[in-house]
Amino acid sequence: MPSTDDWLNNPLGVVEGMFAASQNTPNSGWAAKAVAFFKDRLKEKDAHTWVPSLNDVPLHYLKPNSLVKFRCFIQDMFDPEFYMGTYEAVDPSTKAKVLRCGKYKDVTECGVDFNSRSTMTAERHTFYCVPIPGESPWVKEGYAGSSQARVVPSTSYAPTRQKRSYEEDDDDMDTDTQPQKQREPHTGPHSPTEPHGNGDCKRREKEAPSSQAASASHLDLNFPLPGEKGPSCLLKVYEEWDGFKLNEAVEVFGILSVSPALSALADEDASSSLLDPAGGMETAEEQRVHSPPASLVPRLHMLHAKPLPHNNPLLPAAGLEDNNSAFLSSTLREMAAVRAELLAYFTHVLLGDALAAEYLILHLVSNVYTRRDVLPLGKFTLNLSGCPAVASFTERFYQIIQQLVPSSYYLGMTLQNMNQMRLVPKKDYVANRLLSGALQLATNTSLFLDESQLEQGQLDTTGVRNVTALGNLISWQKVDYDFSYHQMEFPCNINVLIASEGRSLLPSDCQIHLQSQVAPPDLEAYLGGIQVHPQASQLNKFRMYLSVARQLDYSIADEVTKSVEDDFVDMRKDDPQSISAEDLHRMLVVARLLSLSLGQTSLSRDSWLRAKHVEMLRRSRMEQNKIWLRALLYLCHSKVDALGEPRLGEAGHLDHGALDLGKGGNHSAAVAVGGRRAEAALHL
Amino acid sequence: MSSPLSTPGGRKRGRTTNPSTPSSEGPTSPPFQRRRGQDSSTGDLMPMPTSPPTDVLSPAAPLDNSLFSSPRPSVPPNEVDMSSPLMYGTPMRGTPARQRPDLGSVSKAPQVDLQSEPPSADGAVASEANAGQRHRKIFPLSLFIDPSSSEDENTGLDLNEPLYMQKLEEISVVGDPVLNVNCLHVQSFDAELYRQLICYPQEVIPTFDMAVNELFFERFPDSILEYQIQVRPYNALKTRNMRNLNPEDIDQLITISGMVIRTSQLIPEMQEAFFQCQVCAFSTRVEVDRGRIAEPAVCRHCNTTHSLALVHNRSLFSDKQMIKIQESPDDMPAGQTPHTTVVYAHNDLVDKVQPGDRINITGVYRAVPMRANPRQSNVKSVYKTHIDVIHFRKTDEKRLHGLDDAEQKLFTEERVQTLKELAAKPDVYERLASALAPSIYEHEDIKKGILLQLFGGTRKDFSQTGRGNFRADVNILLCGDPGTSKSQLLQYVFNLVPRGQYTSGKGSSAVGLTAYVMKDPETRQLVLQTGALVLSDNGICCIDEFDKMSDSTRSVLHEVMEQQTLSIAKAGIICQLNARTSVLAAANPIESQWNPKKTTIENIQLPHTLLSRFDLIFLMLDPQDEAYDRRLAHHLVSLYYQSEEQLEEEFLDMAMLRDYIAYARTYINPKLSEEASQALIEAYVDMRKIGSGRGMVSAYPRQLESLIRLAEAHSKVRFSEKVETIDVEEAKRLHREALKQSATDPRTGFVDISILTTGMSATARKRREEVAQALKKVIQAKGKTPAMKYHTLLEDLRRQSETAITKEMFDEALRALSDEDYLTVTGKTVRLLA
Repeated sequence: MPSTDDWLNNPLGVVEGMFAASQNTPNSGWAAKAVAFFKDRLKEKDAHTWVPSLNDVPLHYLKPNSLVKFRCFIQDMFDPEFYMGTYEAVDPSTKAKVLRCGKYKDVTECGVDFNSRSTMTAERHTFYCVPIPGESPWVKEGYAGSSQARVVPSTSYAPTRQKRSYEEDDDDMDTDTQPQKQREPHTGPHSPTEPHGNGDCKRREKEAPSSQAASASHLDLNFPLPGEKGPSCLLKVYEEWDGFKLNEAVEVFGILSVSPALSALADEDASSSLLDPAGGMETAEEQRVHSPPASLVPRLHMLHAKPLPHNNPLLPAAGLEDNNSAFLSSTLREMAAVRAELLAYFTHVLLGDALAAEYLILHLVSNVYTRRDVLPLGKFTLNLSGCPAVASFTERFYQIIQQLVPSSYYLGMTLQNMNQMRLVPKKDYVANRLLSGALQLATNTSLFLDESQLEQGQLDTTGVRNVTALGNLISWQKVDYDFSYHQMEFPCNINVLIASEGRSLLPSDCQIHLQSQVAPPDLEAYLGGIQVHPQASQLNKFRMYLSVARQLDYSIADEVTKSVEDDFVDMRKDDPQSISAEDLHRMLVVARLLSLSLGQTSLSRDSWLRAKHVEMLRRSRMEQNKIWLRALLYLCHSKVDALGEPRLGEAGHLDHGALDLGKGGNHSAAVAVGGRRAEAALHL
Repeated sequence: MSSPLSTPGGRKRGRTTNPSTPSSEGPTSPPFQRRRGQDSSTGDLMPMPTSPPTDVLSPAAPLDNSLFSSPRPSVPPNEVDMSSPLMYGTPMRGTPARQRPDLGSVSKAPQVDLQSEPPSADGAVASEANAGQRHRKIFPLSLFIDPSSSEDENTGLDLNEPLYMQKLEEISVVGDPVLNVNCLHVQSFDAELYRQLICYPQEVIPTFDMAVNELFFERFPDSILEYQIQVRPYNALKTRNMRNLNPEDIDQLITISGMVIRTSQLIPEMQEAFFQCQVCAFSTRVEVDRGRIAEPAVCRHCNTTHSLALVHNRSLFSDKQMIKIQESPDDMPAGQTPHTTVVYAHNDLVDKVQPGDRINITGVYRAVPMRANPRQSNVKSVYKTHIDVIHFRKTDEKRLHGLDDAEQKLFTEERVQTLKELAAKPDVYERLASALAPSIYEHEDIKKGILLQLFGGTRKDFSQTGRGNFRADVNILLCGDPGTSKSQLLQYVFNLVPRGQYTSGKGSSAVGLTAYVMKDPETRQLVLQTGALVLSDNGICCIDEFDKMSDSTRSVLHEVMEQQTLSIAKAGIICQLNARTSVLAAANPIESQWNPKKTTIENIQLPHTLLSRFDLIFLMLDPQDEAYDRRLAHHLVSLYYQSEEQLEEEFLDMAMLRDYIAYARTYINPKLSEEASQALIEAYVDMRKIGSGRGMVSAYPRQLESLIRLAEAHSKVRFSEKVETIDVEEAKRLHREALKQSATDPRTGFVDISILTTGMSATARKRREEVAQALKKVIQAKGKTPAMKYHTLLEDLRRQSETAITKEMFDEALRALSDEDYLTVTGKTVRLLA
């Protein structure tokens, strides 16, 4: 396929050809045509899979100036820049003046005539892009596996590595031939989720960053989450830049530019600015951030981009629009069944608590679908309290969630983390960039807050600010970025799950207390057993299920509306204290999520009743909990009153019994025992 | 002209005697606007390459025509006759012309050897000569009268006299040789000249300079200035927003607004180099040309080559400062980060602004190609852009003095029309109230109260009579059960008003609310950092969890909420800042659930001194009634299933509401009518009467003030310049409504304002008095015992009294007696005094 190779390997040639052809016809609109050309090419069946991706192919295997794609997250937006759209240069061989096109390029060719009248200035915008923060390994592997790009080690990549030592070169020589071999097993229906089967894949991944990591040590690539790896790039956008938003996940097709001249130029600038303070208006920091070495942060000149509605490789990329109705209907049919399986799995994970598992599913399919003035609708922050104090439970729990959702982040709320971490992005005016923070996350990222890690101690100013930021995130689904002179509000859509022992100090939409069906002594052993992975095929079903459920549309029919209203009024009539407006809010959300989780796109009477039932169960558990606590409190009081009494020992002994019962999840018995014995103790 | 370099063989090349000037590099602007002027002169242009989509050149094209359709196109400069402005015999008598680095390489006024200029029909010269022609028209501009002017710059000037002549007079008195010219005046005077000024500032402004100097020295021949007057145009309405800057604006005069985020240290920039020959000590001066100094290779005196050395301390330098400005947050589309722009300030404009200032900048937009490296054949194809500033104008400066009309939003005719139509509707008040936070159900009166708060009363100034400013802002406190969407209401208001602040009482300290002094880590200067209350000057400060605020924090609110100022005395900085902010606070009851058996004060445990400063105190309770429940349910459910569009139709959108409020706040200043004042007096007297029968006071002057404010706000809602009886009626109703909720004495069921003003209802006070007297009796009955045990005393009192005495009551009684100096309480013993 010569044509394919042409637009894949030498897109600049295509652009230049169009530019040259348009020279004799004014107003030909060649630029728009060029963009349309690539768009059409990419529309062809599977064409986009032929494009190598920056995400999974190490940079030095990619040919400079070839077409690549990048699944990324817009972390920062730099100032617009003016460049030479068209310029006149002297051809060194013929000494003739030639008109050149500067679009999609970083450097001009030799002998630019600055005084030429044909020079035309144009505007482009630069976005700083990083891989989607918190993207789960299975997503990365899934995308890598579906790629059919034939990556031929580029013959011209040597210059990009000019800074590296010879030993490394040698290593690379050995591996040069590998990528082709490695790629073979990935094409086709290879399961990317197999936990250990991807040794070579992992190795390849390790390889790329390791060479970067060494040089990255002096350059902060500004990833939102600590410990992230992967390439970041400077995306040059030539049209419709207003359509892009910060924190948006996009898939970009563009021309890769790693010209070593860029870094050399940057060095020159840095040194010259020292000599001439007036000339260099950028500080050294700014310089470093805005023109990092191209070998580390490649430039990507955008030809085409599409927003990613999700980053699940198992779903059709276009999202759930009409053209995928076949896919949609088949998934919808299966949803109830998959849900049952998932529920069983979660019940198993959550120590046999089916109700908590139910709520966990609801939480995982929640999504802010709209905002009414300041109120985000559809969010469902879950506080899972009563997590066993066994150290590894929350971590294991997170690992399981990570396996199911496309992107997630585990934030252990230790005092140290809260006091030291930068959660909220902050503008660094010296380097003129937005310093990222852990709350700069893409839409539908699962944020797992582990409050069981929090111990007593003092929160300093940063800590208080961080806790406030988390609270704002949960209540309003927004993060106020710190621009030092003012704050700017960025709406977000993040699923927050809080695991805690008692009730969380953070607000939440819904709290459920975990009731373990496992006796405490067996807990360790039980937890050890959880880690067993479900079957890969089952895992994939779960993943698909969660992503699809989250994207479904939803409506409420009028007659159901009526019955919901009636229900509410009835409930209030019986006991006005029992249900408030807030409870109704929550029940409507629960009903919505419940319907969606069953694959129903409108609320039915059944689902409403079921939602009501589930809520009732949860509330009664909360009540029980409260009663139990009250009983304990009572016991404590009685213990105090019993001070000085001869039967002190017995009172102390009594509440231990109740406590044990309570911990075992048998609250009613605990209350009964606690209450009775407390009373007995009182009358001693 | 777009750039001096795009005019080969231009005037400057003729002027600089050194031919070795590098021709291709240097800080020139890219010749983007090449068509202007040149097309007309050189017809041999090759077919233009098609422009990229962003490159909209067409607007520039008609401009060319207009430019050259002026009476004498392309005057050959050699033939410039004596009427030319360039030929004025300058009576400036030695007043040195100061270089204008802000105008780039055309640093000196173009009076220098005009003759050496080669005859050229080139656009730059043509336009300049043209502008020269035009500049005589500036004389009429000097007669410009702007009676409608309300700018602060013109204070003290007679508006009916020629404006700029007065300014010249001012210059002759003050000696500050800077003349600020409002571009709008130029435009209203001559649109053509305005256009030239915008498009060719580099050429037109020097001619302005000349003309003004001419005029000035003619008028005031005896005045001595440091240097010649420089004209600084401002308010060029070319671009308002940094985001809209595009390649077309290069080398044009623009005005943008933004916020200073960084200023560099002062950079000395060489303007004129001094060279001395090492051999014969012959000295020569070389001017900087496009950022470069051409070192003379040969000494003209002794003909030695390479013998000249630069003598730094005899060279001339000018000040330069790099300033970074960032888009102001209001100008930005949602979901994007603010842009920044580099600005260079020169000479006396250096250090005029500080980081954090909000400014309007007028200047020339420049783009400079990245420095080319002789060793490298290919260069980065990117330009560096910056603005050479000509004029700064701080937008927030005026806020220190009075109302800020700088941020007066400009409404389009249609918008004003729609707003007025809306205002004419009889139910506009109800409509607006329901448009407020539509996602929160009912609480109509609270929404109405907040609506009135958003409009505010009329500002009155009594400083003549020594009373100072009269508070015009309405303060509202919401208290009630948790989960009654108080926070949501606050969030909504915070998002609605342009200058709102949202803080939580739990997280904020007194410092965070007011202001603090900080040492800037870079400059070691003390900087006053303002807190939420000062930041929300002229806005609304929303304070959530008001009850959780510490006492010291709350105490700063006292001053703010009545005097509307903040006094700071810290680290040697003593000042009073304006904090004309409305406070919208929300508080939770102390027992987490509202206890209807207790008074407001007891429920929220706030000091009454603070409570009395709130005009309206609302209780947000959960009404328990079926009809309400049904409506609530319907409202909530519809929130979840109605589409966005359906809701839009039902309610006014937020933008409309915001505009409506902004319009009313800026343009409507209602005054009390005669009937209204009568109604207010009546209302007040009535309120006083209610309580007087039972020995209770139900109103204080503060309540009257509240009523006035509310009535004024209500007439603002109607866009009425007069407060009428209906406004008073509504104010009365709302006030009564709020009182009924918050100031009802739960023991008697009557409204008792003293609950709010003194923290205790009159009946409670009476009872305390009684208990104290009873206790006194008990003690006196004991005879001469100097000390008693606390417990026994309590027992004794309980035995004597017919009503039940709680421990609290006993404590209160003890406190009352100790206030009378009758006894003291130390630990568990009570001692009698005297």
